[in-house]
Amino acid sequence: MPHWLQLMAESLGPLLWAGLIFTIPLTLLSFTLGLILGLLTAIARLFAPAPIAAIARFYVWAIRGTPLLVQLFVIFYGLPSIGILLDAFPAALIGFTLNIGAYSSEIIRAVISSVPKGQWEAAYSIGMSWRQAMSRTILPQAGRVAVPPLSNTFISLVKDTSLAAAITVPELFQAAQRIVATTYEPLILYIQAALIYLALSSVLSALQVRLERRFARYGGMLEANA
Amino acid sequence: MIELSHIEKRFGDAVILKDISIRIPEGSVTALVGPSGGGKSTLLRCINLLEIPTAGTIRLGDEKISFTLGQKTGWQAIQKIRRQTGMVFQNFQLFPHQTAIENVMEGLITVLKWPKEKARERAMELLTKVNMAHKADAWPSTLSGGQQQRVAIARALAPSPRVLLCDEPTSALDPELSAEVVDVLGRLAREGTTMVMATHDLRLASKIANDVVFLEAGSVVETGSARNIFTAPERERTKRFISTINAAHTYDI
Repeated sequence: MPHWLQLMAESLGPLLWAGLIFTIPLTLLSFTLGLILGLLTAIARLFAPAPIAAIARFYVWAIRGTPLLVQLFVIFYGLPSIGILLDAFPAALIGFTLNIGAYSSEIIRAVISSVPKGQWEAAYSIGMSWRQAMSRTILPQAGRVAVPPLSNTFISLVKDTSLAAAITVPELFQAAQRIVATTYEPLILYIQAALIYLALSSVLSALQVRLERRFARYGGMLEANA
Repeated sequence: MIELSHIEKRFGDAVILKDISIRIPEGSVTALVGPSGGGKSTLLRCINLLEIPTAGTIRLGDEKISFTLGQKTGWQAIQKIRRQTGMVFQNFQLFPHQTAIENVMEGLITVLKWPKEKARERAMELLTKVNMAHKADAWPSTLSGGQQQRVAIARALAPSPRVLLCDEPTSALDPELSAEVVDVLGRLAREGTTMVMATHDLRLASKIANDVVFLEAGSVVETGSARNIFTAPERERTKRFISTINAAHTYDI
């Protein structure tokens, strides 16, 4: 067996393990929480009174305008100075959640606005409240349009979790770094790490296709609603 | 009985409806007719409060609600009126992510909290009534405009509203599809469904309306029985408007 292949075989276990217990949970948790935050932010910007909408706008502006790595450093290395001490994983979780919240809120805001006003009126006309109209009529239609852009965000997130290595989360990329530190084989190990990220993203892309097919069953948006 | 008294609607400085008072007896069909921009759709939408009047009073059954300038209307009060109405839209506005029968069941399940089976039964009855039972499981995007509108009528009737409001129900349809919808509405009218419809389809109005309200520039020009308005209008303005369809009627086969 050639040397590089043997090295890859030996490191596969530790890399996958790090991915399984850190990368994947971090991705899934921060995406789920981030989507909830994004939905609330989008609703605040679209429907809330001006001061609350302004807070939401400020949040999106601040997060989108600063580097993710810097945000993680502020949370993990900076906050202890004012007495807020977080473990690496929760710090990363907060950082990624805030990030997904800001980016997804823009997508959610756009897709909610894309549902024709007549759909709100139809929902109201059969007696629905705002909340019922939102959850039963508007979001299901908006969700369908949101699948491709949100999948983009999700796939970016999987890759961005490698930044958590910089704040000591022992995730996939940091596992690779550790093996490099003892084997001095950066090319092989980092390519191997890249391949694992590629595999993860590919699985997600495949899921996206399935999700789009599921939504496609009700055909195109109605002509009259276009 | 539906009673609108001194209804006024403004958008900013523009006055869309001026001091409109009409009474709509139960079991009758009233057509709001008149030129585009005359305020018929706005008036119709004031009845179920999709538009909130700037001033005036609406009485619907036992509920009464008054509006005064600058005063916000509570959600509960709006719901009490709205729940007694059903509405049919020009562009159908079926929920595209639900099948025909799910569209009809939606209000029963989500708003009235009916059990699913009971809602399905009621929905099926209504779809049968509008001759759409065979398309119960079809997605709206696969239906013709006339079929979509008939499903929309069933959806509006599902919670047994006191009045069915129709906003240009045939305007998005070609004459043949329009006929399907007129047939269904005519049948409902004969069964005693109270209806108010805003329409510039005067054939629709003359075919099923008992009473006609002629609106222009936000004011009522003339009201009367359909028979009188269509055959012997009093006002010069109404005469001119009616003559445009009478010309078309001479080509009726």
